[in-house]
Amino acid sequence: MTFCPIAQPANACIVLGHGSGGRMSAELMNEIFLPAFRNAALEERNDQAMVRVPEGRIALSTDSFVVKPLFFPGGNIGELAVYGTVNDLAVGGAIPRFLTAGFILEEGLPMATLRSIVAAMAVAAERCGVSIVTGDTKVVEKGSGDQIFVTTTGVGVVPETVQLSAGSVQVGDRVVLSGSLGDHGITILAQREGMELEGDLKSDAGSLFGLCQAVLQAAPGTHAMRDLTRGGLSSALNEIAASAQVGITVDEATIPVSKTVRGACELFGLDPMYVANEGKMVAFVPELQAEAALRAMQELPEGAAARIVGHVTNRHPGMVTTRTRIGTERILTMLAQDQLPRIC
Amino acid sequence: MRYIDEYRDQELALGLMNRLRAIAQHPWVLMEVCGGQTHTLVRYGIDKLLPAGMEMIHGPGCPVCVTPLEMIDRAIAIAGMPKVILASYGDMMRVPGSNHDLLHARAVGADVRMVYSPLDALEMARQNPEREVVFFAVGFETTAPANAAAVYQARRLGIGNFSLLASHVLVPPALEALLQSEGNRVQGLIAPGHVCSIVGLNAYEKLAKRFAIPIVVGGFEPVDLMEAIVMLTEQLEEGRAVVENQYSRSVRSDGNRNAVQMVESVLEVCDRNWRGMGRIPKSGLRMRAEYRAWDAEYKFAVAKMTVAEPSACLAAEILQGHRKPDGCPAFGRECTPEHPLGAPMVSTEGACSAYYQYRRLAEPAVAMGGLR
Repeated sequence: MTFCPIAQPANACIVLGHGSGGRMSAELMNEIFLPAFRNAALEERNDQAMVRVPEGRIALSTDSFVVKPLFFPGGNIGELAVYGTVNDLAVGGAIPRFLTAGFILEEGLPMATLRSIVAAMAVAAERCGVSIVTGDTKVVEKGSGDQIFVTTTGVGVVPETVQLSAGSVQVGDRVVLSGSLGDHGITILAQREGMELEGDLKSDAGSLFGLCQAVLQAAPGTHAMRDLTRGGLSSALNEIAASAQVGITVDEATIPVSKTVRGACELFGLDPMYVANEGKMVAFVPELQAEAALRAMQELPEGAAARIVGHVTNRHPGMVTTRTRIGTERILTMLAQDQLPRIC
Repeated sequence: MRYIDEYRDQELALGLMNRLRAIAQHPWVLMEVCGGQTHTLVRYGIDKLLPAGMEMIHGPGCPVCVTPLEMIDRAIAIAGMPKVILASYGDMMRVPGSNHDLLHARAVGADVRMVYSPLDALEMARQNPEREVVFFAVGFETTAPANAAAVYQARRLGIGNFSLLASHVLVPPALEALLQSEGNRVQGLIAPGHVCSIVGLNAYEKLAKRFAIPIVVGGFEPVDLMEAIVMLTEQLEEGRAVVENQYSRSVRSDGNRNAVQMVESVLEVCDRNWRGMGRIPKSGLRMRAEYRAWDAEYKFAVAKMTVAEPSACLAAEILQGHRKPDGCPAFGRECTPEHPLGAPMVSTEGACSAYYQYRRLAEPAVAMGGLR
């Protein structure tokens, strides 16, 4: 039985009525979302949020989050939903300002779970300086969803002086990577498989806004930035190579990967170059400003392990290659689908 | 990381290549047998560092690739039956049978689950007594002991809702078929280290003697492979043809007796179809008659499902070294990892798939920022 009366908060959970648009929906708004996200636009409770934005171009991005497990070392689905969209704005040089949040809840989701997720979103939003100004909640029958899915849309403002685009990456640019690869993906995989890993590996879920701004200040000639999410470093580099029709070469030996992630990748038969991250980025910076961009990253805790890992070349346009540890060169291709663990 | 970093060391690798250049006087043709070795070889471009004229042929040692179409069809048929949970290793999920793969079966409603060990599947059976859990047991001698142990345990614990769809293959009979095939060019073999860690060196000593071919049991890291290539070349230049063990940190000459006994108590040798190579006598393992209650082929009456392989694939030519993967007209065009025409393209460890991944002009990437 999934019936759980709202009058008993200790074991309260989401029921279909919470998505009805009626009184139970209003209760959800009043008791959970409003207190957590409190801001003027939200409190007006109109069908739309009205906000003022400073001069500049508007950057928009949207993203849906379906991670399982919902909670993992280093974060939860709520934080991911905020950071993910904020990061997509930030790497475009935007100052993130507002978010909308859509929730698809499965009947039976404990109210306490929703509360923790929403609370984490509020903290993350505050950290990034964004307000969650409007949203939506739908409830689906038990079995029609997987506890909770979150979609966020972000609005940011890009100053006229900032012109970043994958297409403007130039031959000679240096590839600056903000830190170690694979922490998020391996954390999630280990949780799913119930595997205890050595060390205190946790997801790198976090905001890239500070890093992006630091890079732009130190290296105003920066041509493009990308956050590394699904598909890892390899996908981000391949996308840029294809957009700009340039070649990119990275040096495997310079790419930071923690001992725990490397060990887990060996065990599962995965390549850290393709494993997901949630708080890492690459910047494409003209050679003369690359050192400055690197130092700017390294001065921030989230960029302490930043490295220059490669450069843009006019050889093999549209292709990414890597120098292996034994000094040979090979393609770093884009995966067609997720990596699957190997038999042997 | 110990036992990994030193085997990817650039200095060591360069030292071995210099040694090879110093000793190699002839254009030797060598084969690395195992798909894991092929993957490393192509990933690190080791074959491109060889002295001019020397050549590597990529062997048939990818168990996923050589699993016959009909076994995948059987797995998919079983997965679609009522109450069944079909458990499989991850890399079998995307291998197409006649029509679809297991991921497709899952998408249209079958309960297909990825596991890392047959013992996980056995546990699944214990926890779901009202379901039928079938483990798709694919692999060489390496994975056979754990699969046999799962069935052995199932019988011991009286778990009747667990069964094995066994599609095991054995390496030496396939090598024998290759070495005696017309136009064979292979002059030295890098034997699969992990297989030998189970079965030992005996079967390889027979091969070395019968075909007068040097065999070095090799590991899977770049330095392992380079050292194995040097050892083979030394034998060839000196006119020797014996079995040597490069992978001694894992392989003992008598293998793992307990593992072999476990396999022999549950499984028995049978003829087996190999995708890309056809039927090879005594090249597979099936469940013994006394374990029939745990044999999915009997339990679900799929043993009669057979299919013929399409003929477009040049796998046999590639496995014999008459052609390199990128010399096939279908490579990267009609035949890709998403739509493989034949065995060596289906798993990441197949030779064609490794070439596709590491040695091909990149496909235009779709720029889709930040989707997840």
